[in-house]
Amino acid sequence: MGVAGAKYTIYLGCAIPYRVSSYELSARKVLNRLGVELIEMPEFNCCGLPLESLSHKLTLLLSARNLAIAEQVGLNILTLCPGCAGTLKKTNKVLKEDKVLREEINRHLSKAGLEFKGSIEVKHISQALIEDIGLDRIKKAILRPLKGLRVAEHSGCHLSRPRKHIGFEDPENPKVLKMLIEATGAKCVEYLGETECCGSTIAAIDDKISLSLVREKLLHVREANAEALITICPACHIMYDANQMRAERMFGEKYGIPVLHYTQLLGLAMGMQPNELGFDELRVNPSKILERALEAKQRT
Amino acid sequence: MLHEKYTNKDAIMEEGEGIILSGSEKASPSRVNPKFKYEVLRVPGGESLIHCFQCGTCTSDCPVARFSDKYRPRSIIRMAQLGLKDRVLDSDFLWLCASCFTCTDRCPQGVEVASVIRALKNMAAMEGRIPQAFKILLGNLIKTGYIYEIPESRIKRRETLQLPPLPKTNVESLTKSLQNLDIKRFLEGLPQKSSEVRVWV
Repeated sequence: MGVAGAKYTIYLGCAIPYRVSSYELSARKVLNRLGVELIEMPEFNCCGLPLESLSHKLTLLLSARNLAIAEQVGLNILTLCPGCAGTLKKTNKVLKEDKVLREEINRHLSKAGLEFKGSIEVKHISQALIEDIGLDRIKKAILRPLKGLRVAEHSGCHLSRPRKHIGFEDPENPKVLKMLIEATGAKCVEYLGETECCGSTIAAIDDKISLSLVREKLLHVREANAEALITICPACHIMYDANQMRAERMFGEKYGIPVLHYTQLLGLAMGMQPNELGFDELRVNPSKILERALEAKQRT
Repeated sequence: MLHEKYTNKDAIMEEGEGIILSGSEKASPSRVNPKFKYEVLRVPGGESLIHCFQCGTCTSDCPVARFSDKYRPRSIIRMAQLGLKDRVLDSDFLWLCASCFTCTDRCPQGVEVASVIRALKNMAAMEGRIPQAFKILLGNLIKTGYIYEIPESRIKRRETLQLPPLPKTNVESLTKSLQNLDIKRFLEGLPQKSSEVRVWV
């Protein structure tokens, strides 16, 4: 796809409107700056991932319904949540390949006058940035290179796993988010357990285990002397930012690691102001890293 | 110090992984159902159960197993193969899978471990064995199209932030698409006061 005029339907899912508007706000700002047009689709529903434990068929049907709705306007879907992207991608792939299953799902959808045809693709924002917009175009939009900033990345499980359904990223050695971070001028540091899970999916089932995973990640990030942890998933962000204080209380430790959405980091590098990018919505105080980022000289 | 946890994983695995038949299972062979594995194979996601040769890659790479003394994917697979149906479907540990898919990606036998575990959860759900949190999420979905009820304050805040209005699912159309799935069965025993059940932290 060409660089100018990239156009998608935007799929928000459940977690972002429920709790993570800082991500949506900053993502819309940077995508707009990059010339991406987002079409709102009023009729979308949950992607189905959180209910897959109850019924695989329910999940297939919910995601197929979203795909069928987006097909009506003939645009690819862009999601901010890797969980939604993964689920929609998987359903899209499975239903394109399996005629019998597709007919069965379409029998359900037809009750509401909908049909899955398999005519569009689904991309997570990171995939759209790397494949459709491209690193060159992103680099050209950087007005305030974040030189000297040391950050750590957390891609999250569903951005790349399971490999056979996602495909665009290597789960054992993820590099898309790293490349996107380095495009801002910041340095992406390596740390132990980069690909480890945030634990959000079992947060409602076992608090102690999920917060143990949060603790482990934050300690590893601190060991690497990173100034912030960069996420690109609403669920991972909730775990590391909103729940960081709960983990601190549970384990009697202090981590103090700011957690930024990648789109916030990119927005800063594009010369945008913190209040445009939802920085006041973050729970862990980002003032230190903001100060450092704003020190970076604006290119005139 | 942090690194030690990784090297100690094997030790943790050995302690927790043995399957010991409980008294009642030993006494009554009827509790072991040798046909159970064939049931699992027929559930979507369960197809690869039979290929597991118990190497333990799944458990040793599982992030949850590192912090839980109950959750062991290899044991769950073995119990399913052996036919310890009630032991698996009644368990709390079945619901501890974080769906990170590390096990699925690394299994040398191509067993889709996370999907087999999901198939087992689907079987448990069909029998009404469902953690309360999932009932609330499903209840919200049926009501609004999304698994959370977005609070009014959030919707107002969107205006302040100049975000576009939220998509509003056409619930009537969604209900029509779902009408033949019989999902209301999963709502049995839905807690009256949903605010008392944690659906997220």
